[in-house]
Amino acid sequence: MEQIYNIIDILLPFQWTTHIFMKNALIAILIVTPIFGILGTMIVNNRMAFFSDALGHSALTGIAIGVVLGFNNPIWSMIGFAVIFSLALITVRNSNTTSTDTIIGVFSSTAIALGIVILSRGGDFNKFSSYLIGDLLSITINDIIMLISVLAIVLLFWATMFNKIMIISINKPLAKSRGINTRIVEIIFTAIIAIIVMISIQWVGLLIINSLLVLPAAAARNVSKNMREYHIFSVSIAMISGFCGLILSYYWNTATGATIVLISAAAFLITYAMRNRVI
Amino acid sequence: MNKACGLCCTKIQNFGVIRGKTEILKDVNLHIHCGELTAIIGPNGAGKSTFLKALLGEIPHSGELKFLDTKGAHTGHPLLGYVPQHLDFDAGTPTSVMDFFQAAKSNIPVWMLHSKKARAGIFESLQRVSAEHLIDKRLGSLSGGELQRVLLAMALDPLPDLLLLDEPVSGIDQSGLEMFYNLVSELRLKFDLSILLVSHDLPLVYKYADRVVFLNKTVQCVGKPKEVFENQIVMDTFGTSWLANGRDFNGTDI
Repeated sequence: MEQIYNIIDILLPFQWTTHIFMKNALIAILIVTPIFGILGTMIVNNRMAFFSDALGHSALTGIAIGVVLGFNNPIWSMIGFAVIFSLALITVRNSNTTSTDTIIGVFSSTAIALGIVILSRGGDFNKFSSYLIGDLLSITINDIIMLISVLAIVLLFWATMFNKIMIISINKPLAKSRGINTRIVEIIFTAIIAIIVMISIQWVGLLIINSLLVLPAAAARNVSKNMREYHIFSVSIAMISGFCGLILSYYWNTATGATIVLISAAAFLITYAMRNRVI
Repeated sequence: MNKACGLCCTKIQNFGVIRGKTEILKDVNLHIHCGELTAIIGPNGAGKSTFLKALLGEIPHSGELKFLDTKGAHTGHPLLGYVPQHLDFDAGTPTSVMDFFQAAKSNIPVWMLHSKKARAGIFESLQRVSAEHLIDKRLGSLSGGELQRVLLAMALDPLPDLLLLDEPVSGIDQSGLEMFYNLVSELRLKFDLSILLVSHDLPLVYKYADRVVFLNKTVQCVGKPKEVFENQIVMDTFGTSWLANGRDFNGTDI
């Protein structure tokens, strides 16, 4: 770890990098933003932006379950609940003809209400408000190791399943005709989104987690002609926004996650204005 | 190139689909021979698209789908090619035709550089349907007819035992549709394909199909186009007005 800190000191000899927590945050951002950039392309392609938003909200119930069960760190109950929640959502969505929007809306509101009811029992909700906004500057070395393993899982998934996810996003029966087990692929995909969202929530907060997932890909989409460009732009926009957001939040003394989102949003507006000229 | 053997065939036995409490299809039995274009017609809600989806395994069904090769030995589940009725993808998707093919054909992620060999293979596939110039176009920028041809090229790569076509109801004009039928008809002979086509365009079915199946919950009537279209049930369903729609019963323009 010392060596990485030294490298940061040499490459970025600024005042903000003198703090260890800023170094940690920087490393975390450089790991987590590519994850968001990559997953985002698939989420936007498969029109699951609203789904991942609902998933973020389900974190409250996950935390509540952890508290009821007396866990010190509710991360495991959050992941467990989010995976079950997402699988239930997919199952209902696939077997029902009601509009997907409505179903996700119902699931999302139920999860958030249930979480608030349990957590506010005894009037002590404020304790948990850090989950709403998150704190990127609280990242520790252990968290970084966890992020690296998550990145590995996402990269593996991206390399092996991307083509299948893409065909499914275009037409499900067509995917079936090409021998793709659409059900299994969807389940793995949603479970991975659930895990990433839950792990990231403690740092970026459940209010804006979805923006970090969706905005870089949405911005990249405006100016890409093919999948390759789409991924390059999405990951670059995610990483640049993350980097700039971290620095600005330090000097402005604002919440890091939200600052990153604002920069991604600006990237979206710029690419949106460019889109007719590029493609 | 005409090498239709007419010996291998696909057997659909006792096919049935129940969704919720409604029986959508029951006792569907069909033999589809290679080199033949079999058209499925029927009123709206007759279960035509459901039938294709059940064949694909997209929705649960009873009954069996078997493919028998030239020697009549059981060769199991046929390799299916499928051209969907429409793709409801987002028109802004940054997916090129090349990406789309590559994703369907190989496991090498499409965000990597495409190899020259892969590109050449896809180019060749697209040539079959005269769509090679579309290789770098985005899916969302294709016209209905172009997209249809790209999908057909994809369904033919690898060559399927049974090709399932769901004819689009909208997005393609009459001349485009006619071109599509022409192309399918040509490919059928060239590659000795068994084709099952769900159609809404009766004059074109009359002109191009080898066999027609009138489907309404179950197979009501099968035979040569002329036989089926002269059947009383079929005439009651579709009326006879479409015949006056520019063509007579011989499929030639009046």
